[in-house]
Amino acid sequence: MVEGLKRTPLYPLYEKYGAKVIDFGGWELPVQFTSILEEHQAVRERAGLFDVSHMGEVEVKGTDALKYIQKLITNDASKLVDGKALYSPMCYPDGGTVDDLLVYRYSENHYLLVINASNIDKDYNWFEENLEGDVTIKNISDQVAQLALQGPLAEKVLQKLTDLDLSTIKFFHFNSDVKLDGIKALVSRTGYTGEDGFEIYLSNEDAPKLWEKILEAGKEENILPCGLGARDTLRFEAKLPLYGQELSENITPIEAGLGFFVKLDKGEFIGRGVLADQKENGAPRKLVGIEMIERGIPRSHYPVYVGEEVIGEVTTGTQSPTLKKNVGLALIKSEYADIGNELFIGIRNKKVKAKVVNTPFYKRGK
Amino acid sequence: MSEIKQELKYSKEHEWVEVIGDNKVRVGITDYAQNALGDIVFVELPEVDDEVTINDTFGSVESVKAVSDIYSPVSGTVVEVNTSLEDSPELINEDPYGNGWIVVIELNDSSELDELLSSEEYETFIKEEE
Repeated sequence: MVEGLKRTPLYPLYEKYGAKVIDFGGWELPVQFTSILEEHQAVRERAGLFDVSHMGEVEVKGTDALKYIQKLITNDASKLVDGKALYSPMCYPDGGTVDDLLVYRYSENHYLLVINASNIDKDYNWFEENLEGDVTIKNISDQVAQLALQGPLAEKVLQKLTDLDLSTIKFFHFNSDVKLDGIKALVSRTGYTGEDGFEIYLSNEDAPKLWEKILEAGKEENILPCGLGARDTLRFEAKLPLYGQELSENITPIEAGLGFFVKLDKGEFIGRGVLADQKENGAPRKLVGIEMIERGIPRSHYPVYVGEEVIGEVTTGTQSPTLKKNVGLALIKSEYADIGNELFIGIRNKKVKAKVVNTPFYKRGK
Repeated sequence: MSEIKQELKYSKEHEWVEVIGDNKVRVGITDYAQNALGDIVFVELPEVDDEVTINDTFGSVESVKAVSDIYSPVSGTVVEVNTSLEDSPELINEDPYGNGWIVVIELNDSSELDELLSSEEYETFIKEEE
């Protein structure tokens, strides 16, 4: 295979499960095991298991840890209690996005930040540049593996491996001392698919064992190992942003529709000025859902037109496996963002008609 | 392993070509290609009477993740199009050499067929690609 690509501790198992492996931002990762559509459906209807060990983890400790995190992120970490997690964008002073991350609070002076694989070095430099007060940070990305078990039957499957009543771990809560058939793990009820499910952090050494144990436990439920292809279509339908597409250093969280995670009343934080202005007066661009009226599939970076004018571009698009419709997300000038508005997507040499629609494309039933 | 039919000819762009007499060929994409693309969810087809040129693109197949052009393995005129693919693009995954065929082309110059790969040559070619 290609030289110099990084591998997760699960790599030796991929072949056994039929993985088709690709270069994903410098990592050799499975895009699919059987079929993106089958894996997508398994997660929507039953459950699927993902290797997401490429994700980065940074520990933050010290008496000023909360103050430090509050300065870095746009969401309000002071609302966290021990065993609770939150999602937040993290911005530059101009409001552009450094990354989006999860913040886990172990205790008042001890946190875990989970960041995107492709941003680990950039983020860590940003963390170092902004160090202040009694805070120590440690990049533990290479020591931590992560599995995600996602889908309506995820709890039922994982429960077979532990005596801890998993229903006690509520959405965006975690338990850092769970024994899964003897393997110590941090189990968090979070995910990136729009379904119920868990993200499980554990040592590299234990990860392959747990992968096999979960698949074995989920045989009856017919769960499937899933690749990054299905992870992308699942998160897309649920309108969960992907850094590099819906978010970037040139896109603010307000433009990306993440205003809910920008808490202006928490005090000063990096990027606050620009974000406050955009929240109050509106941002120049807006992330919208689009659905094709004419035949075609929108794809990342396709231009969006009104008349001859380019008003933005598609950030993600595909045929939604759940809806069987050709849909996308597009970052366009806000004046064209009204629901029902007709616009045109430049699909190679043609302009193909589409309209602005409501998002998310998929929302799970309660 | 990908299925390769011995009686067909192949292009380096992973199309198969079946000579069906009277200067006509049926064209589709190979089992290897459909497998590499994954679940195909959309096709863009040429129309009957379109002129096609060898090694030029005449349509595309799209999987969940990616868009791939279809390159014409020969020059000529499109005389039939498998329009059932518009509603059922998955036929290309399920039966690439049968119900998943894409077009029938009337050849301008049947000597172009000599340039195509035999099944053995194609087998060697995809082994090198892997």
